[in-house]
Amino acid sequence: MCDLCGCAVATGHVHVAGAQLPAASLHGASGRQVEVMRALLHDNDHQAAHNRAHFAAAGTFVVNLMSSPGAGKTSLLEATIRALRGRLSVAVIEGDLETENDARRIRALGAPAVQITTGNACHLDASMVHAALHALDLAPIDVLFIENVGNLVCPAGFDLGQHRNVVLLSVTEGDDKPEKYPVMFRAADLLAVTKTDLLAAVGDFEPARATRHLRALANAAPVLEISARSGAGLNGWIDWLVEQRARDADRTFEHAAHD
Amino acid sequence: MHELSVCAALVRQVLDVVPPARAGATGRIMLRIGPLAGVEPEQLRLAFPLVAAGTACAGAMIDIEPMPVRVCCRVCGEHSAARANRLICAGCGAWQVNLVGGDEMLLASVEFLAPPRVQQRERADV
Repeated sequence: MCDLCGCAVATGHVHVAGAQLPAASLHGASGRQVEVMRALLHDNDHQAAHNRAHFAAAGTFVVNLMSSPGAGKTSLLEATIRALRGRLSVAVIEGDLETENDARRIRALGAPAVQITTGNACHLDASMVHAALHALDLAPIDVLFIENVGNLVCPAGFDLGQHRNVVLLSVTEGDDKPEKYPVMFRAADLLAVTKTDLLAAVGDFEPARATRHLRALANAAPVLEISARSGAGLNGWIDWLVEQRARDADRTFEHAAHD
Repeated sequence: MHELSVCAALVRQVLDVVPPARAGATGRIMLRIGPLAGVEPEQLRLAFPLVAAGTACAGAMIDIEPMPVRVCCRVCGEHSAARANRLICAGCGAWQVNLVGGDEMLLASVEFLAPPRVQQRERADV
């Protein structure tokens, strides 16, 4: 059972949107046309707000990690868990089409991890995350990372209840990705340029150009260059996390920053 | 192909406004979608009959009104049109703009067909 709303939750916890429909709009249905004017993903948004209430109750700061497959999300998480050891407790929800491989890598470092295998679904949604939350004790967790399915298209459309979106762009992918995938990069609260130890080998990736493409999406998010392998740039990333978490804690998680 | 998930959400919402007596009478479903919503209108059209099959909105038409990308400049205050991957003020070229349109993904309205006469007579009998 869900502690916050009292609903019986196992999987696919979805609040029926009809319950919130004003009676007036139903009366209108006897006519020819009913005005609705509501977000298509209203159910998901509602579930995301519910997740956010769970996070607020536990005082857990939640980061949604998104990127194409192989940009280094799990490697960044491994380095992050090591760096935060003794400072902040970390847990991870892993989204992949198949396998527990990523969750195993996280657990090997002593952090709790819940794997969501989506089958053929190309993104996580708020109800999948909610189901995973019931397999996780949030109370002792300071920072929860949700590692979304590797995909630069679909995950951007689904609010999970997170407080920040972090998008990774590895230097092997090309610095024009923000121009090609505007919906994803517009959603970023931080852009992490990863695998920077490979910059010289790649040759034609310019972090400044990636930043310009991000700004052309009217996005003022900070851009950090990070190598999980060498540790370069990791301090800046950890500082950002700690600072953002403190900022939300000050506001007692009342207004999640994702909009 | 998250259009399938979006479509499933659409069908659930439409079914919320279809009264049981009007099952099968959904004529037209009007949507408003901007290029920054991240869904492809054509894919949505393709996915709809698959998701709607066997429900009260099977056979309904999907009517998608494309919404333009518009920005409002925080530097010079001008409102202008923009491209989805170039949200720049047309007046002064600044990137410090607010998006004021183009990310909509809305169910605008649902239109019902006139109720068949047979159904009306049955209701009169009750």
